[in-house]
Amino acid sequence: MTMQAQDTSVRHEVVVQAPLERAFAVFTEDFGRIKPPEHNLLGVDIAETVFEPRAGGHIYDRGIDGSECRWARVLAYEPPHRVVFSWDISPQWQVEADPEKASEVEVRFTAETDERTRVELEHRNLDRHGGGWEAVRDGVGSEGGWPLYLGRYANLL
Amino acid sequence: MANGFADPWAALGDGTRRAIFERLAARPSAVGELAEGLPVSRPAVSQHLKVLKQAGLVVDEPVGSRRIYRVSTDGVGRLRADLDRFWSSALAAYQTLVEAPTKEVT
Repeated sequence: MTMQAQDTSVRHEVVVQAPLERAFAVFTEDFGRIKPPEHNLLGVDIAETVFEPRAGGHIYDRGIDGSECRWARVLAYEPPHRVVFSWDISPQWQVEADPEKASEVEVRFTAETDERTRVELEHRNLDRHGGGWEAVRDGVGSEGGWPLYLGRYANLL
Repeated sequence: MANGFADPWAALGDGTRRAIFERLAARPSAVGELAEGLPVSRPAVSQHLKVLKQAGLVVDEPVGSRRIYRVSTDGVGRLRADLDRFWSSALAAYQTLVEAPTKEVT
C-alpha cells in the first residue's frame, strides 16, 4: 500500500494574540478547556483533564466519580517551544493499549512578535491505527461493501 | 454514541448528496461530470462534495487539470476527517481562551 505522508497526518495552525510563554502555558495547562467537550472516553462527566508537564508523563481525564482515562503519553515537553504527545485513542474512540498502534501529536510555538505567537499542530502517523479500522474497511470499504452500507442506510429512513 | 466520529448517515440524509455518493460509488468523477447528470448547479455539487468529504465518505485527488472524487475505501481518510474536525474545534477554543483578558493575579 502506498500512502503519501500528507495522507497520514492532519495539520493545523493558528496565530494567536498572546506572548509565547502564555501561548504554551494555556495550551498545556488548560487543555481540558480546549478539547471539544463531546470527546469523553469515560462513562461519566469529566471533572478535570490533567496534562502532566514532563516527558514520560500522561494526559488524562479524571471523571467526577474518580475514574481516570489516560489517553496520551507526553513524549517531549520543551516549554515554551514544543510539546509532543502520543494519541492512544483508536479510530473507535477507545483507549488504545498498544503503543505501536498510537499516532502522535506535535505542537510547536513560535514567537512572531512579543505579543503574537504562531502555533503549528501536526497529528501524524495516523496509519499506525491500522488495526482499528480493519473491520470498518472490510465491512464497507470494498466495492461490494458500499451497496450494503447504503442498504443499511436506506433501512433507517 | 459519545464519540467524535463523522456522522456519515447525517451526510447521506440529503437526497442530492446520496445521489452524488451513489454515482461516485459507481464511477469516480469530476465535479463537472456530476453536475451534468444532476438537476443542481456545479457550485451546489461542490458544496455537497465538501460535506461528503468532511464525513470521510469521499476523497479527491488531482488528475491532470481536474480534481477527481471517489468513494473513500480506506479508514485513514475517515480518521483524518474526524481528527481534522477535532483539532479545528480545539484550536478555535484555544484561540478564544488564550486571547481572553488575563485575570488579575491575586
